[in-house]
Amino acid sequence: MTKPENEITWKDLEIGSIVTEPGNASQYKTGDWRSQRPTYDFNKCIKCGICSIFCPEGCVELNEEGYLEANLFYCKGCGICARECWTQAITMVDEEE
Amino acid sequence: MATKVGMEVSVAVGEVVKAVNTDVIAAYPITPQTHIVEHLAELVANGELDAEFIPVESEHSAMSACLGSAAAGARTFTATAGQGLELMHEVLYVASSMQLPIVMTVANRALSAPLSVWGDHSDAMAVRDTGWIQIFTENGQEVVDHVLYAFRIAEDRKVLLPVMIHLDGFNLSHMIEPVLLPEQSEVDQFLPPNQYPLPLDPNKPVTMGDFGPPIIYTEAKWAQEVNLRASKEVILRAWKEFGDIFGRHYSSVECYHREQAKVLLLTMGSFGETAMMAIDNMRKEGRDVGLLKLRLWRPFPFEEIRQAVKDTEVLIVLDRALSFGGPGGPVCSEIKAALYGEAKKPKIISFVGGLGGRTINVAGFEYIVNRGIEISQTGSEHEFEIFGVRE
Repeated sequence: MTKPENEITWKDLEIGSIVTEPGNASQYKTGDWRSQRPTYDFNKCIKCGICSIFCPEGCVELNEEGYLEANLFYCKGCGICARECWTQAITMVDEEE
Repeated sequence: MATKVGMEVSVAVGEVVKAVNTDVIAAYPITPQTHIVEHLAELVANGELDAEFIPVESEHSAMSACLGSAAAGARTFTATAGQGLELMHEVLYVASSMQLPIVMTVANRALSAPLSVWGDHSDAMAVRDTGWIQIFTENGQEVVDHVLYAFRIAEDRKVLLPVMIHLDGFNLSHMIEPVLLPEQSEVDQFLPPNQYPLPLDPNKPVTMGDFGPPIIYTEAKWAQEVNLRASKEVILRAWKEFGDIFGRHYSSVECYHREQAKVLLLTMGSFGETAMMAIDNMRKEGRDVGLLKLRLWRPFPFEEIRQAVKDTEVLIVLDRALSFGGPGGPVCSEIKAALYGEAKKPKIISFVGGLGGRTINVAGFEYIVNRGIEISQTGSEHEFEIFGVRE
């Protein structure tokens, strides 16, 4: 998309609202659906990757230190990673605003 | 020059679908549309029409297959009636909102229960808001002409919308009528090849029918509405070009003896033929009555209706469908809505009749006009009057 979605007018749409740019679902911010976000205690993390396997959004990525962390642009805050984490390294906290 | 042939109207529909070299037909047989798809199946089986005929398991599947076919850029046709149209219902919205130029003939049929295979407009009225261009036809020739015409407007780059051609079940679908079938050269002159601009193509992938969150849905729907309304310009221009080639001229609202008519009757579909005879009789008696035949149902021809009734004192609208618990016949309530804001407007009287194949003869139409005039003078406590019900 050339414009942010909140600036797209009806005139910008292709015929039949057809999407002509393949793969642009990655530009869709699902992170703002979230009411809770995962927080991490990397002292407990054993880098097993179970959180990334269970993540229904597929948004768990390796950070610079090699720990697994949800990409908050996509994370919907479902909490499945926190539920599944073997070492309870993940805690869900409420989004404040 | 085309020669006149005597042909069942459903068979003639098949012949036109063949003449436009349709690529895909996905349809399920249902009375009274069956002869249309039967004939097409025959043409494909005989090798007379080089098309894919997809014998689907339901009308829901028929319309779904049509979506895929039209999305691939194939010229696509289907036909249905009554319950079949209702089973297609949810997919009809998808066809129009994805702007897929599918052509469908509907042999109008009453809805169950009690089960009726006979004609009325209940099926058409139930799909009024599905976003399709919808045209009602009055006789065999109009059907033939409008099947060809439907492909032209559906596939027009400025339109790209599915088109429904309504023909009354049995009254039209099963009649053997004299019709002029178009010559191949005329078809080629009037109908350019289908060139859907964004077809499904592995080399240039597109996403159709994507999901539309609240931030974009309103824009998508408004674009659809603007497009459907704007299609009227193409609809009118294509009728003009059709007239230039074929010598038969059509309009959104056809007036019959509107001159000096203080009272106008409005009908849709095949009933217009009998109503004309009633108007002829009444004119012979010196009555100032006339007839309007509403051909273009969607997009609704607001301006033409306002223009047609500007000098009318009483407008009597006959619907062939009930809007249960509602404001009268669905056509009449739209006419009322179209005229509400006018400073000078006729008294509008709503009749419902001709349900489930019940015939209205010439005397019946004369009664409706006379009774309509009477109600316009005395008023009525009812929203509408039902014609011919046994008390």
